[in-house]
Amino acid sequence: MKILLSLTIVLLMISFFSDRKKTIAGIKRGFKMFLGILPTMLNVLILVSIFLFLVPKETLIKLLGKGSGITGFMIAAILGSISLIPGFIAFPLAAILLKNGAAYNIVAVFITTLMMVGILTLPIEIKYFGVRVSILRNALSFIGALIIGLIIGVFL
Amino acid sequence: MKRYILTLMFCVFIIASYCFNLDFGYKIGNNFWIFFKELITFLPFMFILVGLFDVWFPKEKVGKYIGKESGIKGTFWVILLAMLQAGPLYGAFPVAYLLWKKGCSIRNVFIYLGAFSTLKIPMLTFEIGFLGLKFSLLRTLFTLPVFIVIAIVMELYLKNKKYEIKQP
Repeated sequence: MKILLSLTIVLLMISFFSDRKKTIAGIKRGFKMFLGILPTMLNVLILVSIFLFLVPKETLIKLLGKGSGITGFMIAAILGSISLIPGFIAFPLAAILLKNGAAYNIVAVFITTLMMVGILTLPIEIKYFGVRVSILRNALSFIGALIIGLIIGVFL
Repeated sequence: MKRYILTLMFCVFIIASYCFNLDFGYKIGNNFWIFFKELITFLPFMFILVGLFDVWFPKEKVGKYIGKESGIKGTFWVILLAMLQAGPLYGAFPVAYLLWKKGCSIRNVFIYLGAFSTLKIPMLTFEIGFLGLKFSLLRTLFTLPVFIVIAIVMELYLKNKKYEIKQP
């Protein structure tokens, strides 16, 4: 976060001293893009907040914990695909899952689907990439994440 | 304004929940606040950078480095660019749009998305901290070929199609 902030400020200053007009045009363009997608993003975040309320941490630990086996693996893949959890919550949660006896393949598939597949964020993706391409990317990523989860389960 | 109707309704609901002490509204509001903070602290900067990139970098130059003919070097550059970034995946879509507009190949656009979602350095440090170096290394190692294959499949699928990434 701090890196992004300082990088933006430094680049803005360099840009501003090189060419004022261009810099202002750039900021305007960025702002316009931001406003264009903001309502969609807010709506998605509302959905995510409700989803996380319906599926709290405790439920996840119960569903994915010790001995949950192949069912746990699939539940992990589906939950990971639907939700959008920032890293600072997802990784501690994954560590708790491991401590509670969840298998490595389950944690791996959960983390990987969280990263690569975004069902709740599909409305945002579709605005940029269109319906078919967005669905295809998510479907392929889902399959890929299953494979990654299975392979990591073999190694760990 | 019409596009903000759901957001406005949600705000009214959260405020009402606080007034009438509704537990579930309170919890949902807390969740939303976590995400909203993430959105509002990093997205404006991201979009300023995207805007600056747009006005400063000519299409020919970007295309030369990460376009169709850029080969493995181009792939290396987009992965490096993605690794240096932060934030949730939806923050990468506007960058992907701009890269494409500036002449980045379809394959490299999807490699960028793959690397952004799985190899960001700020995220990796978190992963190593909580899940250990071995887990993180293995996951990274197996994820890299997977998203490259996905990007190649996307490229093949979109070949000979008049495809464009849009700006909403």
